[in-house]
Amino acid sequence: MAIRLFRKKDESDKKIKIPEGMWIKCDACLEIIYKPEVERNLNVCPKCVYHFRIPATERIRAVTDEGTFAEFADDMESVDVLNFVDTKKYVDRLKEAKKKTGRKEAVIVGKGKINGIDIVLSVLDFEFQGGSMGSVVGEKVAMAAETALESHLPLVVFSASGGARMQEGTLSLMQMAKTGAALARLSDARLPYISVLTDPTTGGVAASFAMLGDVIISEPGALVGFAGPRVIEQTIKQKLPEGFQRAEFLLEHGMVDMIVERSRLKATLTQILRYLSGHGDR
Amino acid sequence: MILQYLDFERPIVDLENRLDQLKRLDDGTDKGVKEEIGKLERKIGKIRKEVFSNLTRWQITQLARHPNRPYMLDYIGHCFRNFLEIHGDRAFRDDPPVVCGFAELEGQRVLLIGQQKGRNTNEKIHRNFGMANPEGYRKALRVMKMAEKFRLPVITFIDTPGAFPGIGAEERGQSEAIARNLLEMAHLKTPIVVAVIGEGGSGGALALGVGDEILMMEHAVYSVISPEGCASILWRDTAKAEVAAEMMKITAPDLKKFGVIDRIVPEPLGGAHRDHKAAADALKAALVETLFPLVSMPLPQLLDRRYRKFREMGAIKRKAGGA
Ligand SMILES: [Zn+2]
Repeated sequence: MAIRLFRKKDESDKKIKIPEGMWIKCDACLEIIYKPEVERNLNVCPKCVYHFRIPATERIRAVTDEGTFAEFADDMESVDVLNFVDTKKYVDRLKEAKKKTGRKEAVIVGKGKINGIDIVLSVLDFEFQGGSMGSVVGEKVAMAAETALESHLPLVVFSASGGARMQEGTLSLMQMAKTGAALARLSDARLPYISVLTDPTTGGVAASFAMLGDVIISEPGALVGFAGPRVIEQTIKQKLPEGFQRAEFLLEHGMVDMIVERSRLKATLTQILRYLSGHGDR
Repeated sequence: MILQYLDFERPIVDLENRLDQLKRLDDGTDKGVKEEIGKLERKIGKIRKEVFSNLTRWQITQLARHPNRPYMLDYIGHCFRNFLEIHGDRAFRDDPPVVCGFAELEGQRVLLIGQQKGRNTNEKIHRNFGMANPEGYRKALRVMKMAEKFRLPVITFIDTPGAFPGIGAEERGQSEAIARNLLEMAHLKTPIVVAVIGEGGSGGALALGVGDEILMMEHAVYSVISPEGCASILWRDTAKAEVAAEMMKITAPDLKKFGVIDRIVPEPLGGAHRDHKAAADALKAALVETLFPLVSMPLPQLLDRRYRKFREMGAIKRKAGGA
């Protein structure tokens, strides 16, 4: 059977949670699949290997050793510095996102272990405002890098984001510089940074910490790029080829080191971390 | 250069045209004409002041994009001596929207890196409307590394609607190229002064925007996304660009308040496009004032200061009471 690595329909982009009920339809192969089986399979379609988007908490469960993850800076919240109102107030959008996810912001940072290896971990949550980076996301990713530096640990970051958060204006743009600067210090200390790109990683997140890993891994079929496909189509007035800006396209063009299926991710991270550990300056 | 006018400049321009007519009539004999000239000059001054002290953020955006606005190469001509352009990223091609070169500022050797738009149609196409490809950012990085090697301070000029959104740009890693510059500029071992001279469009602007001092021309803008882009995403209506510009607060005074920039460079009344030389003089004075102390600053202090500058940007609320 043909392997479909990405969704058939664009509109399914809005649906990131697997719908309720015991049977669900796969976004990619459109087969009806048994939900508990998908969940046991790390939310990967058993028929076509399509990787469903998963919330940050689930991601942490999937890659860290049970009971080892200790979150920090979980009390940080965004501030509506601009009094931003579009079709809704930014403060209301934040309230909704908090209610929907039960979390205060679009990233979780903490220390944990992967097969016994101590790491600092940062995981973006696409469910919270599309994983967009405002001041809090930038601050926490920078803190994760600084914590790795202080604790002399490797850093692993999972990205899932539409980019910078417009409702925080130029301050959100500056988070790209902030995270880049923190990673420069980590790099100077010769500590490893592994970046994992998941669907989707675009805009200001792709153009900052996500593309700066010593090793960059992508999940199969993940959309990764600077400009959104629609913006590119409008600019060049051409239809984009199938598979454009997908993980496989990036691998082919030399932009990521490898594509790793979710079932192999923890083992692969372990291998890389073991290989790169013990090199940092004390 | 053909002079072009924005809607809100119209009343001023109309009066100026009348003034020109009168001045041509004035042969020094007619007292009435002299009086009328004086009256008109006072009126123009008053209206110009009124218009320019009440500019909306959208009007400022239009000024930042004004077709007659001085571009990087205009500033270079006025502010620096012995400019020598250098080309290419040594990997793929030379990207004309990014200009790099050697120059001297009041006797101090500097490396200039910046974004250049085109004035006429051919130039605009050649400069890709100021939108760089990855190789443009990689050329900039190559030149920054050279600056570090030879201990030369860097001055960057920001003036772009954004990084180019194209197929080739994505194939060659637009996001990686921008990200790499952010990391490398953060710890580049030489002073960097950034001047936002026109449009500071998103990540494509920031990729030349990490430095020790951030200057911004009075009528420049600097934003996370263009007002049109923001309007089309959040309102699904590009006609809301004016509201988006207001909401995002993208002007020099806004950004000074948020700590994103360090210094506003005043423009001549009526805008930089009305008097390139006056605008360049103001920028030059600001560059001299900010760059020279950085050149004599010990490197560890310089880098620490740069790190803290960007590390502190943002607005955060913590339960623990911290800010
Ligand atoms: Zn499937």
